[in-house]
Amino acid sequence: MGKTIIEKIIADHTTEDVTPGNIVWMGIDVRSARDFGGANVVKNLEAYYPDQSKVDDPEKTFFTFDCVVPAKTIGYAENQQIARVFARNYLARKNLFDVDAGIGSHVMIEKGIAVPGTTVVGTDSHLNILGAIGSFGQGMGDQDIAFAFKTGITWFEVPESMTIIIEGKPASNAFAKDVTLGVLQEIGSKGSLGKAIEFYGNTVESLDLAGRITLASMVTEMGGIIGLITPNKEVIHYCQNRSNKDFAIHKADRDAIYTESLELDFTNLEPLIALPPSPANVKPVSEVAGKPVDSVIVASCTNGRYEDLALVAKMVKGKKIHTDVMMKIVPATKEVYAQLLENGLINILFEAGAIISNPGCGGCAAGQIGMTGKGEVQVSTGNRNFAGKQGAGDTYLASPATAASTALAGEISVPEL
Amino acid sequence: MKKPTTLEGRVIVIKDQNGKPIDDIDTDMIFHNKHLHITELNEMGQYTFGNLQGWESFPEKAKSGDILIVGKNFGAGSSRQQAVDCFRSLSIQMIVGESFGAIYKRNAINSGIPLMIAPEIMIDDLKTGDNIKINLITGEIFNVSNNRSLKSAIPLSKVQLDIYQAGTLFDYGRKKE
Repeated sequence: MGKTIIEKIIADHTTEDVTPGNIVWMGIDVRSARDFGGANVVKNLEAYYPDQSKVDDPEKTFFTFDCVVPAKTIGYAENQQIARVFARNYLARKNLFDVDAGIGSHVMIEKGIAVPGTTVVGTDSHLNILGAIGSFGQGMGDQDIAFAFKTGITWFEVPESMTIIIEGKPASNAFAKDVTLGVLQEIGSKGSLGKAIEFYGNTVESLDLAGRITLASMVTEMGGIIGLITPNKEVIHYCQNRSNKDFAIHKADRDAIYTESLELDFTNLEPLIALPPSPANVKPVSEVAGKPVDSVIVASCTNGRYEDLALVAKMVKGKKIHTDVMMKIVPATKEVYAQLLENGLINILFEAGAIISNPGCGGCAAGQIGMTGKGEVQVSTGNRNFAGKQGAGDTYLASPATAASTALAGEISVPEL
Repeated sequence: MKKPTTLEGRVIVIKDQNGKPIDDIDTDMIFHNKHLHITELNEMGQYTFGNLQGWESFPEKAKSGDILIVGKNFGAGSSRQQAVDCFRSLSIQMIVGESFGAIYKRNAINSGIPLMIAPEIMIDDLKTGDNIKINLITGEIFNVSNNRSLKSAIPLSKVQLDIYQAGTLFDYGRKKE
Protein backbone atom coordinates (compact mmCIF):
# COMPACT_ATOMS: atom_id res chain seq x y z
CA MET A 1 0.00 0.00 0.00
CA GLY A 2 1.30 3.44 -0.90
CA LYS A 3 2.28 6.03 1.64
CA THR A 4 1.52 9.72 2.08
CA ILE A 5 4.31 12.23 2.81
CA ILE A 6 3.66 12.32 6.55
CA GLU A 7 3.66 8.52 6.66
CA LYS A 8 7.05 8.48 4.90
CA ILE A 9 8.59 11.03 7.25
CA ILE A 10 7.32 9.15 10.30
CA ALA A 11 8.46 5.82 8.82
CA ASP A 12 11.99 7.25 8.55
CA HIS A 13 11.92 7.83 12.31
CA THR A 14 10.38 4.63 13.67
CA THR A 15 10.62 0.87 13.35
CA GLU A 16 6.91 0.38 13.96
CA ASP A 17 4.05 0.01 11.50
CA VAL A 18 3.12 3.44 10.14
CA THR A 19 -0.58 3.23 9.39
CA PRO A 20 -3.04 6.03 10.19
CA GLY A 21 -4.49 5.51 13.66
CA ASN A 22 -1.45 3.57 14.91
CA ILE A 23 0.58 5.10 17.69
CA VAL A 24 4.31 4.80 17.15
CA TRP A 25 7.45 5.88 18.96
CA MET A 26 9.13 8.40 16.71
CA GLY A 27 12.69 9.70 16.83
CA ILE A 28 12.93 13.49 17.03
CA ASP A 29 15.69 15.25 15.10
CA VAL A 30 15.18 18.65 16.73
CA ARG A 31 13.84 19.14 20.27
CA SER A 32 13.08 22.68 21.28
CA ALA A 33 11.31 24.89 23.75
CA ARG A 34 10.62 28.60 23.68
CA ASP A 35 10.28 31.03 26.57
CA PHE A 36 6.57 30.11 26.75
CA GLY A 37 6.63 26.66 28.35
CA GLY A 38 10.43 26.49 28.48
CA ALA A 39 10.68 27.01 32.22
CA ASN A 40 8.15 24.24 32.84
CA VAL A 41 10.16 21.92 30.61
CA VAL A 42 13.17 22.59 32.84
CA LYS A 43 11.12 22.15 36.03
CA ASN A 44 9.73 18.81 34.80
CA LEU A 45 13.23 17.57 33.98
CA GLU A 46 14.54 18.61 37.38
CA ALA A 47 11.59 17.08 39.23
CA TYR A 48 11.57 13.73 37.45
CA TYR A 49 15.23 13.20 36.64
CA PRO A 50 17.05 14.91 39.53
CA ASP A 51 20.23 12.85 39.50
CA GLN A 52 20.43 11.90 35.85
CA SER A 53 21.44 13.51 32.63
CA LYS A 54 18.52 15.59 31.41
CA VAL A 55 19.25 15.89 27.72
CA ASP A 56 19.57 12.97 25.33
CA ASP A 57 21.63 14.96 22.83
CA PRO A 58 22.84 18.52 23.55
CA GLU A 59 23.48 19.08 19.83
CA LYS A 60 19.87 18.35 18.91
CA THR A 61 18.25 20.32 21.75
CA PHE A 62 17.41 24.03 21.48
CA PHE A 63 15.87 26.97 23.26
CA THR A 64 14.35 29.72 21.13
CA PHE A 65 13.10 32.74 23.06
CA ASP A 66 10.53 34.56 20.95
CA CYS A 67 7.30 35.02 22.86
CA VAL A 68 8.00 38.06 25.04
CA VAL A 69 11.37 39.43 23.99
CA PRO A 70 13.02 41.03 25.82
CA ALA A 71 10.89 40.08 28.84
CA LYS A 72 8.40 42.79 29.80
CA THR A 73 7.19 41.13 33.01
CA ILE A 74 9.17 39.77 35.94
CA GLY A 75 7.48 36.38 35.45
CA TYR A 76 8.74 36.10 31.87
CA ALA A 77 12.19 37.36 32.86
CA GLU A 78 12.44 34.69 35.55
CA ASN A 79 11.23 31.95 33.21
CA GLN A 80 13.71 33.01 30.54
CA GLN A 81 16.50 33.01 33.11
CA ILE A 82 15.58 29.46 34.24
CA ALA A 83 15.72 28.25 30.63
CA ARG A 84 18.85 30.29 29.85
CA VAL A 85 20.81 28.84 32.79
CA PHE A 86 19.67 25.32 31.87
CA ALA A 87 20.77 25.89 28.27
CA ARG A 88 24.20 27.14 29.36
CA ASN A 89 24.63 24.09 31.58
CA TYR A 90 23.33 21.33 29.34
CA LEU A 91 23.21 22.42 25.69
CA ALA A 92 25.68 23.41 23.02
CA ARG A 93 26.10 27.19 23.43
CA LYS A 94 25.03 27.86 19.84
CA ASN A 95 21.71 26.11 20.58
CA LEU A 96 20.46 28.92 22.79
CA PHE A 97 18.68 31.52 20.67
CA ASP A 98 18.12 34.29 23.18
CA VAL A 99 15.74 37.27 23.14
CA ASP A 100 17.41 38.91 20.14
CA ALA A 101 17.01 36.01 17.69
CA GLY A 102 13.38 36.16 16.56
CA ILE A 103 10.66 33.57 15.96
CA GLY A 104 11.98 30.09 16.71
CA SER A 105 10.37 28.25 13.78
CA HIS A 106 11.79 30.81 11.34
CA VAL A 107 15.21 30.74 12.99
CA MET A 108 15.27 26.95 12.57
CA ILE A 109 14.66 27.31 8.82
CA GLU A 110 17.22 30.12 8.42
CA LYS A 111 19.94 28.32 10.40
CA GLY A 112 19.39 25.03 8.61
CA ILE A 113 18.39 23.32 11.86
CA ALA A 114 15.13 22.13 10.32
CA VAL A 115 15.47 20.65 6.83
CA PRO A 116 13.03 18.68 4.64
CA GLY A 117 12.10 15.28 6.03
CA THR A 118 13.09 16.01 9.63
CA THR A 119 10.98 15.71 12.78
CA VAL A 120 10.91 18.76 15.04
CA VAL A 121 9.00 19.35 18.28
CA GLY A 122 8.64 22.44 20.46
CA THR A 123 6.25 24.36 22.69
CA ASP A 124 4.94 26.57 19.85
CA SER A 125 1.51 25.59 18.51
CA HIS A 126 2.54 27.03 15.14
CA LEU A 127 5.66 24.88 14.87
CA ASN A 128 3.89 22.98 12.08
CA ILE A 129 4.90 26.00 9.99
CA LEU A 130 7.88 23.79 9.09
CA GLY A 131 5.55 22.00 6.66
CA ALA A 132 6.55 24.91 4.38
CA ILE A 133 9.87 23.13 3.76
CA GLY A 134 8.46 19.60 3.99
CA SER A 135 9.58 19.08 7.60
CA PHE A 136 7.30 17.59 10.26
CA GLY A 137 7.12 20.23 13.00
CA GLN A 138 4.74 19.80 15.88
CA GLY A 139 3.82 21.87 18.93
CA MET A 140 3.33 20.01 22.21
CA GLY A 141 2.86 20.61 25.95
CA ASP A 142 5.71 21.04 28.40
CA GLN A 143 5.60 17.43 29.71
CA ASP A 144 5.86 16.02 26.20
CA ILE A 145 8.73 18.35 25.35
CA ALA A 146 10.58 17.55 28.60
CA PHE A 147 10.30 13.89 27.66
CA ALA A 148 11.66 14.59 24.17
CA PHE A 149 14.61 16.51 25.68
CA LYS A 150 15.35 13.54 27.91
CA THR A 151 14.85 10.65 25.50
CA GLY A 152 14.95 12.04 21.96
CA ILE A 153 11.70 10.32 21.11
CA THR A 154 7.99 11.00 21.35
CA TRP A 155 4.93 8.91 20.66
CA PHE A 156 2.61 9.99 17.91
CA GLU A 157 -0.62 8.77 16.41
CA VAL A 158 -0.10 8.58 12.67
CA PRO A 159 -2.62 11.04 11.21
CA GLU A 160 -4.82 10.52 8.21
CA SER A 161 -3.97 12.72 5.23
CA MET A 162 -5.98 14.87 2.82
CA THR A 163 -4.92 16.78 -0.27
CA ILE A 164 -5.77 20.35 -1.21
CA ILE A 165 -5.00 21.17 -4.83
CA ILE A 166 -5.02 24.87 -5.69
CA GLU A 167 -4.86 25.95 -9.32
CA GLY A 168 -5.04 29.33 -11.01
CA LYS A 169 -3.33 32.71 -10.87
CA PRO A 170 -4.80 35.02 -8.24
CA ALA A 171 -5.39 38.69 -9.11
CA SER A 172 -2.23 40.85 -9.13
CA ASN A 173 -3.15 42.39 -5.77
CA ALA A 174 -3.72 39.03 -4.06
CA PHE A 175 -0.87 37.14 -2.37
CA ALA A 176 -0.03 34.01 -0.35
CA LYS A 177 -2.09 35.31 2.58
CA ASP A 178 -5.14 35.69 0.37
CA VAL A 179 -4.65 32.13 -0.91
CA THR A 180 -4.40 30.96 2.71
CA LEU A 181 -7.54 32.82 3.75
CA GLY A 182 -9.22 31.42 0.65
CA VAL A 183 -8.52 27.89 1.87
CA LEU A 184 -9.83 28.78 5.34
CA GLN A 185 -12.98 30.18 3.76
CA GLU A 186 -13.49 26.86 1.97
CA ILE A 187 -12.75 24.39 4.75
CA GLY A 188 -13.36 26.34 7.97
CA SER A 189 -11.74 26.01 11.38
CA LYS A 190 -12.22 22.23 11.64
CA GLY A 191 -11.72 21.42 7.96
CA SER A 192 -8.58 19.40 8.53
CA LEU A 193 -9.15 18.40 12.16
CA GLY A 194 -6.46 15.94 13.24
CA LYS A 195 -5.24 15.48 9.65
CA ALA A 196 -2.08 16.16 7.67
CA ILE A 197 -2.71 18.25 4.56
CA GLU A 198 -0.64 17.90 1.40
CA PHE A 199 -0.84 21.06 -0.71
CA TYR A 200 -0.53 20.76 -4.49
CA GLY A 201 -1.37 22.68 -7.64
CA ASN A 202 0.30 25.43 -9.65
CA THR A 203 -0.82 28.18 -7.26
CA VAL A 204 1.06 26.45 -4.44
CA GLU A 205 4.07 25.53 -6.59
CA SER A 206 4.57 29.15 -7.61
CA LEU A 207 4.79 30.36 -4.00
CA ASP A 208 8.26 31.38 -2.82
CA LEU A 209 9.55 30.25 0.58
CA ALA A 210 7.94 33.21 2.37
CA GLY A 211 4.61 32.43 0.71
CA ARG A 212 4.86 28.76 1.61
CA ILE A 213 5.49 29.74 5.22
CA THR A 214 2.34 31.88 5.16
CA LEU A 215 0.21 29.01 3.84
CA ALA A 216 1.67 26.38 6.19
CA SER A 217 1.39 28.67 9.22
CA MET A 218 -2.40 28.73 9.22
CA VAL A 219 -3.02 25.00 9.03
CA THR A 220 -3.29 25.24 12.82
CA GLU A 221 -6.30 27.53 12.30
CA MET A 222 -7.79 24.85 10.00
CA GLY A 223 -7.50 22.32 12.85
CA GLY A 224 -4.75 20.38 11.06
CA ILE A 225 -1.72 18.53 12.35
CA ILE A 226 0.47 19.94 9.58
CA GLY A 227 0.30 21.22 6.00
CA LEU A 228 3.12 19.82 3.87
CA ILE A 229 4.35 21.49 0.71
CA THR A 230 6.79 19.49 -1.41
CA PRO A 231 10.00 21.55 -1.66
CA ASN A 232 10.80 22.93 -5.13
CA LYS A 233 14.33 23.56 -6.40
CA GLU A 234 14.50 26.98 -4.80
CA VAL A 235 13.53 25.64 -1.35
CA ILE A 236 15.86 22.64 -1.64
CA HIS A 237 18.72 24.94 -2.62
CA TYR A 238 17.96 27.29 0.30
CA CYS A 239 17.86 24.45 2.84
CA GLN A 240 21.07 22.87 1.49
CA ASN A 241 22.90 26.20 1.65
CA ARG A 242 21.73 26.84 5.18
CA SER A 243 22.37 23.38 6.58
CA ASN A 244 25.28 22.00 4.54
CA LYS A 245 23.35 18.75 4.71
CA ASP A 246 21.80 16.39 2.24
CA PHE A 247 18.28 15.25 2.84
CA ALA A 248 15.64 13.10 1.25
CA ILE A 249 12.68 14.73 -0.45
CA HIS A 250 9.62 12.62 0.16
CA LYS A 251 6.85 12.47 -2.40
CA ALA A 252 3.60 10.68 -1.83
CA ASP A 253 3.06 7.36 -3.60
CA ARG A 254 0.47 7.26 -6.36
CA ASP A 255 -1.64 4.78 -4.42
CA ALA A 256 -1.37 6.61 -1.09
CA ILE A 257 -4.66 6.82 0.76
CA TYR A 258 -6.34 10.14 1.49
CA THR A 259 -9.57 10.76 3.38
CA GLU A 260 -10.47 13.49 0.93
CA SER A 261 -9.13 15.54 -1.94
CA LEU A 262 -10.21 19.12 -2.37
CA GLU A 263 -9.70 21.04 -5.62
CA LEU A 264 -9.80 24.82 -5.56
CA ASP A 265 -9.68 27.21 -8.50
CA PHE A 266 -8.19 30.50 -7.34
CA THR A 267 -7.96 32.14 -10.76
CA ASN A 268 -8.38 35.90 -10.25
CA LEU A 269 -8.80 35.38 -6.50
CA GLU A 270 -9.35 38.81 -4.98
CA PRO A 271 -7.80 40.07 -1.71
CA LEU A 272 -9.49 38.50 1.33
CA ILE A 273 -9.79 39.45 4.98
CA ALA A 274 -10.82 37.48 8.09
CA LEU A 275 -13.29 39.37 10.25
CA PRO A 276 -13.27 39.02 14.03
CA PRO A 277 -13.61 36.77 15.95
CA SER A 278 -12.45 33.85 13.78
CA PRO A 279 -9.70 33.29 11.19
CA ALA A 280 -12.26 31.30 9.19
CA ASN A 281 -14.69 34.23 9.01
CA VAL A 282 -13.37 35.28 5.61
CA LYS A 283 -14.81 37.92 3.24
CA PRO A 284 -13.47 39.83 0.21
CA VAL A 285 -11.65 42.99 1.32
CA SER A 286 -13.93 44.92 -1.03
CA GLU A 287 -16.94 44.00 1.14
CA VAL A 288 -15.54 45.71 4.23
CA ALA A 289 -13.57 48.46 2.47
CA GLY A 290 -14.11 51.89 3.99
CA LYS A 291 -14.18 50.75 7.60
CA PRO A 292 -11.98 53.15 9.61
CA VAL A 293 -9.05 51.55 11.43
CA ASP A 294 -6.95 52.68 14.37
CA SER A 295 -3.96 50.41 14.01
CA VAL A 296 -2.16 48.23 11.51
CA ILE A 297 0.42 45.61 12.39
CA VAL A 298 2.67 43.77 9.95
CA ALA A 299 4.23 40.93 11.90
CA SER A 300 4.06 37.29 13.02
CA CYS A 301 5.22 33.86 11.90
CA THR A 302 2.58 34.12 9.16
CA ASN A 303 3.71 37.38 7.51
CA GLY A 304 6.88 38.72 9.08
CA ARG A 305 9.37 37.70 6.38
CA TYR A 306 11.60 40.09 4.45
CA GLU A 307 9.43 39.69 1.33
CA ASP A 308 6.35 40.73 3.32
CA LEU A 309 8.00 43.81 4.81
CA ALA A 310 9.72 44.77 1.55
CA LEU A 311 6.34 44.86 -0.20
CA VAL A 312 4.98 47.11 2.55
CA ALA A 313 8.04 49.37 2.22
CA LYS A 314 7.53 49.59 -1.53
CA MET A 315 3.90 50.60 -1.05
CA VAL A 316 4.49 53.28 1.61
CA LYS A 317 7.72 54.68 0.11
CA GLY A 318 7.60 58.46 -0.04
CA LYS A 319 4.10 58.50 1.48
CA LYS A 320 2.76 59.08 4.98
CA ILE A 321 0.71 56.68 7.01
CA HIS A 322 -2.73 58.14 7.80
CA THR A 323 -2.69 60.52 10.78
CA ASP A 324 -5.19 58.41 12.75
CA VAL A 325 -3.36 55.12 12.27
CA MET A 326 -0.51 53.70 14.32
CA MET A 327 1.48 51.28 12.22
CA LYS A 328 3.62 48.64 13.90
CA ILE A 329 6.18 46.42 12.19
CA VAL A 330 7.86 43.36 13.67
CA PRO A 331 10.41 41.46 11.55
CA ALA A 332 10.25 37.70 12.11
CA THR A 333 13.96 37.29 12.81
CA LYS A 334 17.23 39.11 13.34
CA GLU A 335 18.24 38.12 9.81
CA VAL A 336 15.11 39.74 8.37
CA TYR A 337 15.85 42.85 10.44
CA ALA A 338 19.41 42.93 9.10
CA GLN A 339 18.17 42.66 5.50
CA LEU A 340 15.80 45.56 6.06
CA LEU A 341 18.62 47.66 7.50
CA GLU A 342 21.04 46.77 4.74
CA ASN A 343 18.60 47.62 1.97
CA GLY A 344 17.48 50.90 3.49
CA LEU A 345 13.93 49.70 4.14
CA ILE A 346 13.93 50.56 7.84
CA ASN A 347 14.46 54.14 6.78
CA ILE A 348 11.58 54.05 4.30
CA LEU A 349 9.21 52.54 6.85
CA PHE A 350 10.35 55.02 9.52
CA GLU A 351 9.90 57.99 7.22
CA ALA A 352 6.38 56.82 6.40
CA GLY A 353 5.59 56.89 10.12
CA ALA A 354 5.82 53.24 11.19
CA ILE A 355 7.03 51.94 14.54
CA ILE A 356 9.66 49.23 13.98
CA SER A 357 10.20 46.68 16.74
CA ASN A 358 12.94 44.16 17.40
CA PRO A 359 12.18 40.67 16.00
CA GLY A 360 9.93 38.13 17.71
CA CYS A 361 6.29 37.11 18.14
CA GLY A 362 5.21 40.69 18.97
CA GLY A 363 1.74 41.41 17.72
CA CYS A 364 0.41 37.99 18.69
CA ALA A 365 2.06 36.95 21.93
CA ALA A 366 1.22 38.47 25.28
CA GLY A 367 0.82 42.00 24.00
CA GLN A 368 4.46 42.55 23.13
CA ILE A 369 4.46 45.79 21.05
CA GLY A 370 1.05 46.69 22.41
CA MET A 371 -2.51 45.50 22.84
CA THR A 372 -5.75 46.82 21.38
CA GLY A 373 -8.19 48.79 23.53
CA LYS A 374 -11.98 48.43 23.60
CA GLY A 375 -13.42 49.74 20.35
CA GLU A 376 -10.05 49.79 18.59
CA VAL A 377 -10.04 48.36 15.07
CA GLN A 378 -6.81 46.70 14.03
CA VAL A 379 -5.73 45.13 10.76
CA SER A 380 -3.07 42.48 11.36
CA THR A 381 -1.05 40.24 9.07
CA GLY A 382 -1.09 37.59 11.84
CA ASN A 383 -3.02 34.35 12.10
CA ARG A 384 -5.45 34.64 15.01
CA ASN A 385 -8.19 37.15 15.71
CA PHE A 386 -10.04 35.41 18.53
CA ALA A 387 -11.80 37.70 21.02
CA GLY A 388 -9.31 39.03 23.55
CA LYS A 389 -6.29 37.47 21.86
CA GLN A 390 -4.61 40.80 21.17
CA GLY A 391 -6.62 42.95 23.54
CA ALA A 392 -10.19 44.20 23.77
CA GLY A 393 -10.35 45.58 20.23
CA ASP A 394 -11.40 43.96 16.95
CA THR A 395 -8.70 42.36 14.83
CA TYR A 396 -8.99 41.76 11.07
CA LEU A 397 -6.50 39.43 9.37
CA ALA A 398 -5.18 40.36 5.94
CA SER A 399 -2.13 40.33 3.65
CA PRO A 400 0.79 42.75 4.02
CA ALA A 401 -0.42 44.56 0.86
CA THR A 402 -3.92 45.06 2.28
CA ALA A 403 -2.34 46.14 5.58
CA ALA A 404 -0.17 48.73 3.82
CA SER A 405 -2.98 50.19 1.72
CA THR A 406 -5.18 50.28 4.83
CA ALA A 407 -2.47 52.09 6.82
CA LEU A 408 -2.18 54.76 4.13
CA ALA A 409 -5.92 55.20 3.66
CA GLY A 410 -6.89 55.07 7.35
CA GLU A 411 -9.64 52.64 6.43
CA ILE A 412 -9.77 49.07 5.21
CA SER A 413 -8.78 49.34 1.61
CA VAL A 414 -8.19 47.05 -1.37
CA PRO A 415 -4.52 47.28 -2.36
CA GLU A 416 -3.78 48.62 -5.83
CA LEU A 417 -0.71 47.09 -7.44
CA MET B 1 6.41 -6.06 38.78
CA LYS B 2 4.05 -6.06 35.87
CA LYS B 3 0.73 -4.34 36.24
CA PRO B 4 -2.43 -6.33 35.47
CA THR B 5 -3.68 -6.25 31.89
CA THR B 6 -7.16 -7.40 32.86
CA LEU B 7 -8.93 -4.91 35.07
CA GLU B 8 -12.14 -5.43 37.02
CA GLY B 9 -14.26 -2.86 38.74
CA ARG B 10 -17.56 -1.13 39.29
CA VAL B 11 -18.62 1.20 36.49
CA ILE B 12 -20.00 4.71 36.66
CA VAL B 13 -21.79 5.53 33.39
CA ILE B 14 -21.99 9.26 32.66
CA LYS B 15 -25.52 9.88 31.36
CA ASP B 16 -27.98 12.71 31.84
CA GLN B 17 -31.20 12.63 33.91
CA ASN B 18 -33.08 11.07 31.00
CA GLY B 19 -30.57 8.27 30.66
CA LYS B 20 -28.95 9.67 27.53
CA PRO B 21 -25.16 9.70 27.14
CA ILE B 22 -23.59 13.15 27.48
CA ASP B 23 -21.28 13.87 24.53
CA ASP B 24 -18.69 16.68 24.16
CA ILE B 25 -17.91 16.98 27.87
CA ASP B 26 -15.12 19.55 27.76
CA THR B 27 -12.23 20.09 30.13
CA ASP B 28 -14.01 23.03 31.80
CA MET B 29 -16.86 20.71 32.79
CA ILE B 30 -14.42 18.10 34.06
CA PHE B 31 -12.08 20.42 35.94
CA HIS B 32 -13.06 24.08 35.80
CA ASN B 33 -10.46 26.70 34.97
CA LYS B 34 -11.02 28.45 38.32
CA HIS B 35 -9.07 25.56 39.90
CA LEU B 36 -6.16 25.62 37.46
CA HIS B 37 -3.70 26.89 40.09
CA ILE B 38 -3.93 23.50 41.87
CA THR B 39 -0.91 21.32 41.20
CA GLU B 40 -1.16 18.79 44.08
CA LEU B 41 -2.73 15.55 42.88
CA ASN B 42 -4.54 14.79 46.15
CA GLU B 43 -6.30 18.18 46.07
CA MET B 44 -7.71 17.73 42.56
CA GLY B 45 -10.27 14.97 43.09
CA GLN B 46 -12.77 17.09 45.01
CA TYR B 47 -13.37 19.35 41.98
CA THR B 48 -13.98 16.57 39.45
CA PHE B 49 -17.10 17.23 37.32
CA GLY B 50 -17.75 20.34 39.46
CA ASN B 51 -19.11 22.03 36.33
CA LEU B 52 -21.06 19.10 34.83
CA GLN B 53 -24.75 19.44 35.51
CA GLY B 54 -26.12 16.53 37.53
CA TRP B 55 -22.68 15.11 38.34
CA GLU B 56 -21.40 17.71 40.81
CA SER B 57 -21.39 15.10 43.59
CA PHE B 58 -19.25 12.66 41.59
CA PRO B 59 -16.27 12.95 44.01
CA GLU B 60 -18.44 11.65 46.89
CA LYS B 61 -20.03 8.89 44.82
CA ALA B 62 -16.84 7.58 43.23
CA LYS B 63 -14.96 4.78 44.95
CA SER B 64 -11.37 3.74 44.56
CA GLY B 65 -11.07 1.32 41.63
CA ASP B 66 -14.17 2.50 39.79
CA ILE B 67 -14.19 2.47 35.99
CA LEU B 68 -15.51 5.60 34.27
CA ILE B 69 -17.71 5.13 31.19
CA VAL B 70 -18.18 8.17 28.92
CA GLY B 71 -19.64 9.06 25.52
CA LYS B 72 -18.23 10.85 22.48
CA ASN B 73 -15.51 13.51 22.32
CA PHE B 74 -14.84 13.36 26.05
CA GLY B 75 -12.21 15.88 27.16
CA ALA B 76 -12.60 18.30 24.25
CA GLY B 77 -11.05 21.73 24.68
CA SER B 78 -8.00 22.86 26.58
CA SER B 79 -4.77 20.98 27.22
CA ARG B 80 -5.01 21.04 31.04
CA GLN B 81 -3.50 17.95 32.61
CA GLN B 82 -5.74 18.31 35.69
CA ALA B 83 -8.76 17.11 33.68
CA VAL B 84 -7.05 13.70 33.60
CA ASP B 85 -5.29 13.87 36.96
CA CYS B 86 -8.50 14.61 38.89
CA PHE B 87 -9.62 11.04 38.11
CA ARG B 88 -6.25 9.64 39.22
CA SER B 89 -6.69 11.69 42.38
CA LEU B 90 -9.95 9.80 43.08
CA SER B 91 -8.22 6.46 42.26
CA ILE B 92 -10.49 5.88 39.26
CA GLN B 93 -9.00 2.76 37.71
CA MET B 94 -9.58 3.51 34.04
CA ILE B 95 -11.63 5.52 31.54
CA VAL B 96 -13.60 3.90 28.72
CA GLY B 97 -15.32 6.11 26.16
CA GLU B 98 -16.74 6.21 22.65
CA SER B 99 -14.17 8.84 21.59
CA PHE B 100 -11.87 11.44 23.13
CA GLY B 101 -10.41 14.87 22.41
CA ALA B 102 -6.93 14.44 20.86
CA ILE B 103 -4.97 16.31 23.52
CA TYR B 104 -6.99 14.69 26.31
CA LYS B 105 -6.09 11.28 24.97
CA ARG B 106 -2.42 12.28 24.81
CA ASN B 107 -2.47 13.58 28.39
CA ALA B 108 -4.20 10.44 29.70
CA ILE B 109 -1.71 8.14 28.02
CA ASN B 110 1.20 10.21 29.39
CA SER B 111 -0.18 10.00 32.93
CA GLY B 112 -0.48 6.21 32.74
CA ILE B 113 -4.21 5.88 33.43
CA PRO B 114 -5.62 3.27 31.05
CA LEU B 115 -7.91 4.95 28.53
CA MET B 116 -9.78 2.81 26.04
CA ILE B 117 -11.94 3.63 23.08
CA ALA B 118 -15.06 1.47 22.89
CA PRO B 119 -17.09 2.98 20.03
CA GLU B 120 -20.36 1.36 21.10
CA ILE B 121 -20.07 1.25 24.86
CA MET B 122 -23.10 3.51 25.34
CA ILE B 123 -25.31 1.34 23.14
CA ASP B 124 -24.67 -1.66 25.36
CA ASP B 125 -26.93 -2.17 28.34
CA LEU B 126 -24.40 -1.15 30.95
CA LYS B 127 -25.61 0.47 34.18
CA THR B 128 -23.83 2.37 36.91
CA GLY B 129 -23.03 -0.16 39.61
CA ASP B 130 -22.40 -3.09 37.25
CA ASN B 131 -19.06 -4.83 37.57
CA ILE B 132 -17.06 -5.33 34.39
CA LYS B 133 -13.87 -7.10 33.42
CA ILE B 134 -11.86 -5.51 30.63
CA ASN B 135 -8.80 -6.85 28.83
CA LEU B 136 -6.39 -4.09 27.84
CA ILE B 137 -4.63 -6.25 25.26
CA THR B 138 -7.60 -7.79 23.46
CA GLY B 139 -10.19 -5.12 24.20
CA GLU B 140 -12.72 -7.71 25.40
CA ILE B 141 -15.28 -6.41 27.88
CA PHE B 142 -17.38 -8.70 30.08
CA ASN B 143 -20.23 -7.60 32.32
CA VAL B 144 -19.76 -9.72 35.45
CA SER B 145 -23.07 -8.55 36.92
CA ASN B 146 -25.20 -10.19 34.22
CA ASN B 147 -22.69 -12.59 32.67
CA ARG B 148 -22.79 -10.93 29.26
CA SER B 149 -20.06 -9.92 26.86
CA LEU B 150 -20.11 -6.36 25.60
CA LYS B 151 -18.85 -5.04 22.28
CA SER B 152 -15.07 -4.86 22.41
CA ALA B 153 -12.90 -1.84 22.88
CA ILE B 154 -9.91 -0.99 20.68
CA PRO B 155 -6.89 -2.69 22.29
CA LEU B 156 -4.27 -0.51 23.90
CA SER B 157 -1.42 0.38 21.58
CA LYS B 158 2.09 -0.79 22.42
CA VAL B 159 3.06 2.74 23.40
CA GLN B 160 0.13 3.03 25.74
CA LEU B 161 0.96 -0.32 27.34
CA ASP B 162 4.64 0.64 27.72
CA ILE B 163 3.76 3.85 29.54
CA TYR B 164 1.07 2.14 31.63
CA GLN B 165 3.53 -0.55 32.71
CA ALA B 166 6.21 2.02 33.56
CA GLY B 167 3.81 4.28 35.48
CA THR B 168 3.88 7.59 33.65
CA LEU B 169 5.60 8.98 30.57
CA PHE B 170 8.40 10.27 32.84
CA ASP B 171 8.82 6.91 34.58
CA TYR B 172 9.06 5.36 31.15
CA GLY B 173 11.79 7.90 30.31
CA ARG B 174 13.66 7.00 33.51
CA LYS B 175 13.69 3.35 32.52
CA LYS B 176 15.20 4.20 29.18
CA GLU B 177 18.22 5.74 30.90
